[in-house]
Amino acid sequence: MRRTFIFAVAVIGLAVAEVATARDLTIVSWGGAYQDAQRQVYFQPFMQVTGLRIVEDTWDGGIGVLRTRAQAGNQTWDLVQVESEELLIGCDEGLFEKIDWARIGGKEHYIPQAVHECGVGAILYNVVLAWDRNRLQAIPTWADFFDVQRFPGKRGMRRGVKLTLEIALLADGVPRDQVYALLRTEAGVERAFRKLDTIKPHIVWWQAGAQPPQMLGAGEVTMTTAYNGRITNANRAEGRNFGIQWRDSLFTIDSWVIMRGSPNRDVAYRFLDFVKDPRRQASLLPLIPYGGTARGANEGLAADLLAVSPSNPDNLNVSLMIDDAFWMDHLDRLSQRFNAWLAR
Amino acid sequence: MGRARAQVEAALLLAPLLLFIALTFAAPIAVILWRGVSDTEVPRAFPRTLAVLADWKGRNLPGDEAFAALAEDLVAARAAGTLNAAAGRLNSDTPGLRTVVLATARRLARGVEGSPRAAILAADPAWGEVETWGAFRRAGATPTDTHLLAALDLRRSADGTITAVPEERRLFRAVALRTVWIGFLVTLLCLVLGYPLAAALVFVPRRLFGLLLFAVLLPFWTSLIVRTAAWMVLLAREGTVNQAFLALGLVVEPVQMLFTRTAVLIAMVHILLPFMVLPLYAVMRQIPRAQLRAAASLGAGPVAQLVRVWLPQTLPGVGAGVLMVFIQAIGFYVTPALIGGGADQMLPYFIGFHATQTGNWGLAAALSILLLVGTLLILALFGRFLGLAQLRAA
Repeated sequence: MRRTFIFAVAVIGLAVAEVATARDLTIVSWGGAYQDAQRQVYFQPFMQVTGLRIVEDTWDGGIGVLRTRAQAGNQTWDLVQVESEELLIGCDEGLFEKIDWARIGGKEHYIPQAVHECGVGAILYNVVLAWDRNRLQAIPTWADFFDVQRFPGKRGMRRGVKLTLEIALLADGVPRDQVYALLRTEAGVERAFRKLDTIKPHIVWWQAGAQPPQMLGAGEVTMTTAYNGRITNANRAEGRNFGIQWRDSLFTIDSWVIMRGSPNRDVAYRFLDFVKDPRRQASLLPLIPYGGTARGANEGLAADLLAVSPSNPDNLNVSLMIDDAFWMDHLDRLSQRFNAWLAR
Repeated sequence: MGRARAQVEAALLLAPLLLFIALTFAAPIAVILWRGVSDTEVPRAFPRTLAVLADWKGRNLPGDEAFAALAEDLVAARAAGTLNAAAGRLNSDTPGLRTVVLATARRLARGVEGSPRAAILAADPAWGEVETWGAFRRAGATPTDTHLLAALDLRRSADGTITAVPEERRLFRAVALRTVWIGFLVTLLCLVLGYPLAAALVFVPRRLFGLLLFAVLLPFWTSLIVRTAAWMVLLAREGTVNQAFLALGLVVEPVQMLFTRTAVLIAMVHILLPFMVLPLYAVMRQIPRAQLRAAASLGAGPVAQLVRVWLPQTLPGVGAGVLMVFIQAIGFYVTPALIGGGADQMLPYFIGFHATQTGNWGLAAALSILLLVGTLLILALFGRFLGLAQLRAA
């Protein structure tokens, strides 16, 4: 009995070792509707074309997870989709492979914001000003967002200092390319808070990304900040008539990284090379409204898709990229100040 | 002999439970509290620097040996992978220090030319400021009072004096007061609403009693989040309550109720009311009705009966109810977070905020200590003035 048991354990051990040395490409993404769309547009076609197998996993972010996995030695994740902050920190800590751009079409194949030492941009998405066209006929800007005389009603903003200060400065007439330079000064932070003071009693603070479309739909707010994907989804799935203001919206990029020590590096590059195709990237848009990162991913798209695509040059060129390096340095202190301001 | 054996057996039977409590309750709390007074990231990454800084007065820039130690530590910590955590900790003390530390380490890793002092100062002018070094000292000791001071809106400058943080960043004292104030209001409202209800439970006919008790207990059987979400639906701008008000002509346009203090109070009272009613009912049920009849027969009117016979005997129930409601109220997290506005968040929200958003576990732990100590103080005050023995009777 005992011997059988030991034998069984040994067999399982061998089997596990076997899997670990010659395993399939493991791709880790955010799960949910997004990963379903990725599966349809990227994973399954890749498997059909190459005959290789992809193992999927999901995660919900956090540099700690990546650190633990990098230290564990036996790397079981190959390609991971990370947010921009994890990209910065993980790259600095050497958790990811440096990208060999020559193997995936060269840097010029992508929009410049999608190129990083350790990561290839996967999707682009924005925080935008949104409103309900059925209730508000105008096309508001951040300046209008802060003008409760002309446009009475509550305003929805995410409860947190990040992006709130940027929006206040943009509303105050600061050009996009000067926002972060100004926020690095005491006077700039002061100016942002003074601007926020002007509509403080009118702000309704949201926390979860699902809230803004609900608040708009219920007439709780006249305008709100929101993730562009949530707004487009509400229009598509719930028949809403919400508007998106792309001018002076803020965008960020999620990137593919190859985990350091991945035994499947070559396959990972094959996959990245496969998904770089602009046409393929464009076919993600009808499923989920995130922008492709290859140049030309928006060419030849129908007008309704262009209108909701964050990487459509018309939208991208009037947006501001969120500066994660700034926020990594200043989130602590500015959060404290924001919370104190909120409490007054 | 037999008795000792029985005791051992009893202890063994209890052992799993005790172990369970120790592992899942006592130990995590102890670990968190310890984090509030300890700092591990910077000592792990900068042992040499901290050793040199031990004799530093904090008035002028430290000497060359401190720069040399820093240069060594930066390169070693970068290679060992301990630098990022330490840089993050330093950054929550002094914003921007994260980048300074990481960029300096990157430059030094490429090789130091000339003296370490010159190389470090060339990498970033921030190293020429006394408070940059003060940050190392603040973040480098265990036990430390840094987090506890921060939880009270105080900080220690490089030379060791304690000062208040600048006005625009003062937060936690106001939050602590607000927490107690909301707890007080909720407790008061629960008492005002719960006392008559508990009395009604004692006096109503049996059939109605079942219905009333069911109504009191019903909230117990639904989850806290569900009940809070229900209030969101009710209180929303186009929610049920506003629609009813509009239909009745009580208001001309919808009233903002969600994300206000009022909404927080309503929902918290609703959730906590059973904790007031049940102890009150338990005490009231034990008061013999005959005493009221006896008082009446001796000439006491309804008011005298109530004030001199009934009320004093219900006090233990009041004490127990007030204590239970208040202590739970000051620990509320989900309800204010979901239906409160920015100025309605209590201490637990900020504990969660720093644990999950800024990753400042030391401050989160220090705020937990503040809340725990506050709760224990209130418990002690109650014990002193109302007598815990009396509460036990309830």
